[in-house]
Amino acid sequence: MNDARFNDPRVRGIVYQGLLAASVGALVAGGAYNAYVNMQARGIPMGFGFWNQIAGFDINLHLIPYSGLSTYGRAFWVGLINTLLVAAICIPLATLLGFAVGVARLSPNWLMSRSALVYTNVLRNVPLLLLLLFWYNAVLKSLPGPRQSIDLAGLVYLNNRGLFLPAPAALPPAAWFFAAIALALAAVLAFRTWARRRQERRGAQAPVGLVATTLLLGLPAIAVVAAGAPFSIDIARLSGFNLRGGIQVIPELAALAFGLVTFTSAFIAEIVRAGVQAVPYGQVEAAAALGLHRGLANKLVVVPQAMRLIIPPLTSQYLNIVKNSSLAVFIGYPDLVQIFAGTVLNQTQAAVQVMAITMAVYLAITLAVAAALNVYNASRAPRER
Amino acid sequence: MTDAIVFVRETSEPEDPPPRLSRGAAAWAKANLFSSIGSSLTTFVFVALALWLLPPLIGWATTKAIWAAPDGALCRQHQDGACWAFISAKFDYLRFGSYPIAERWRVNLVEAVGACLIVWLLSPGAPIRGWGALLFFVAYPVLAFVLLHGSRALGLPVVDSLLWGGIFVSLLTAVVGIVFSLPLGVLLALGRRSRMPVVRSASILFIEFVRGVPFITILFMANTMLPLFLPESWTPDRLLRPLVGIALFSAAYMAEEVRGGLQLLGRGQYEGAMALGLKYPLMMGLVVLPQALTMVIPGIVNNFVGLFMDTTLVSIVGVTDFLEAMNNAFKDPGWSGPTIMATGYVFAAMFYFAACYGMTRYSAFVERSLAKGRER
Repeated sequence: MNDARFNDPRVRGIVYQGLLAASVGALVAGGAYNAYVNMQARGIPMGFGFWNQIAGFDINLHLIPYSGLSTYGRAFWVGLINTLLVAAICIPLATLLGFAVGVARLSPNWLMSRSALVYTNVLRNVPLLLLLLFWYNAVLKSLPGPRQSIDLAGLVYLNNRGLFLPAPAALPPAAWFFAAIALALAAVLAFRTWARRRQERRGAQAPVGLVATTLLLGLPAIAVVAAGAPFSIDIARLSGFNLRGGIQVIPELAALAFGLVTFTSAFIAEIVRAGVQAVPYGQVEAAAALGLHRGLANKLVVVPQAMRLIIPPLTSQYLNIVKNSSLAVFIGYPDLVQIFAGTVLNQTQAAVQVMAITMAVYLAITLAVAAALNVYNASRAPRER
Repeated sequence: MTDAIVFVRETSEPEDPPPRLSRGAAAWAKANLFSSIGSSLTTFVFVALALWLLPPLIGWATTKAIWAAPDGALCRQHQDGACWAFISAKFDYLRFGSYPIAERWRVNLVEAVGACLIVWLLSPGAPIRGWGALLFFVAYPVLAFVLLHGSRALGLPVVDSLLWGGIFVSLLTAVVGIVFSLPLGVLLALGRRSRMPVVRSASILFIEFVRGVPFITILFMANTMLPLFLPESWTPDRLLRPLVGIALFSAAYMAEEVRGGLQLLGRGQYEGAMALGLKYPLMMGLVVLPQALTMVIPGIVNNFVGLFMDTTLVSIVGVTDFLEAMNNAFKDPGWSGPTIMATGYVFAAMFYFAACYGMTRYSAFVERSLAKGRER
């Protein structure tokens, strides 16, 4: 290549990119050709025709109607909903626990901050799979049967069939109860807007917190007194050889949720600690110089700045929860991977299609959350002068 | 005229006693445990919790545990303590899997050489690290493959990868992950920052795709789809498939770490290299990458910790790693006591914790020493 034209970076760029595109194209085409030949040789179905075929297997947890006579497509939806169920349970719990541990890490009390440190260090350095197997195989499966259930305050029961929680059942006065809550919410919002406008105009402050608490607790309380109890609590009771009533959480879900929540909370705690400590101490001193007491300084100065640092890594932890919930396959919880990329793939042999759909689902979730995060970041970016 | 009131001190004021609590254990306790009513209450709650929880746990692991037993009979009736005898009975299996006993020296040799190379690479100020890197990333994989797999020419019997297992496979998957993912990650990171649109979008596509899906689906893909995409006669080895998956998976995460380092490096370094007339490969190899990679050593090590923990998932595609070897050991009917599982998992947790926490400490140490170097 002594040609002078090759010294032009534009020409070189086009040649390199052409080479890359050609080799990627050749790789894809070769792979597709091989896949076509191999799939035909092994009699693997090509299209998505399996979607409407009868699945013929049972799933022990389904939130939408499902039976062995349902289709593979139905099984996919059951798996996806179960994956989202795990995320919906774990994300709030892990956030609560993680923030609690993260704040404990910053506590001036030595015992408390050390305990939080041990908690985060241990959980961040042990594989999640090990935690899941430990809780599922060594703890939940070796619990006593329903007759010797471990009970907590007579409300929650734990045995080798799972965790039994009390279930609220709505009674007729529930409508009044919910109406009272809605009314209280609307009143609080209106009061807050009015108070903020007034403060901007005249500088006078209104006790928003006090009024909001009173409204939010008071109105539903009045509804309960006037119309009667809105819920009856259905507690699991022993009948025959099993517990009946309440909400039964199957042991697989209990182990998965427990493992995921504890594991992720350690990472969230570390994010919270790092976020709070990253706010320069001068900010706290400046707030004190303005005459803000400690609580107000935290609320108005430290927390808003820390949150801007906390939110992006926190979101990626939420995505990790969604992705890590695929470890369900190791303990037999019927999530998307276990049902679809496991059982359905084995039965239909349609590996390429099934894996493509499964990965597309996770990618869609990841990209949607990333897009939402970008919007949030743009809205919260500090306003530069 | 009135006399001015004049006051002249003639003796000094008596000295204040020294502050009673400024040093010593009592002062420390007052500041850190009893600084306020809330803090004191917290201290009492935590002490009560520790007194309630710790003695039974420590007793379970030490005084009430069975440390040595010829077979599982003793552990079978034992309800309230760990059965460490199980670990020592199964230790060889947990380390090597079913690797033939006569050939296990090969595994030990590979592990020892690998440990020496890693210590060389990671000690700050070690001599000729470039040569160490060359040995580790090029010569060592060849040596390890020849030794572990065997070679007729050298008179080493071939050991089928079906027999490999235990801690050795866990380490192997992690090291293969880092040896192949780091160079690949560097390439991807450079590609992502390239000015050529095709190169850049191909890199972004790969990185974001891999980071967007769970590791398990990558493993499934490597296991079920790789054989489909290759010609019939090439069917890759059962252990090789997940290794390819691991290398690709962790390359995407490495790429993001390296990109962070590239972004931290000031433009001046690039401009200086260009002003010296260095071409792109020389500029990257001599000026940019050495600095960028050194800056992200902590990130790379943390990534490696995650990779090491993720290797536990390879058991889903039929590879016997340490955790799977432990699960297999539970199936021995001779050792089926009530606390065997808990003992095994606690031991595995201690192993992973020791390895991962050690690496985390190392990365914190590098971070501190790097910060020292950047101080002005």
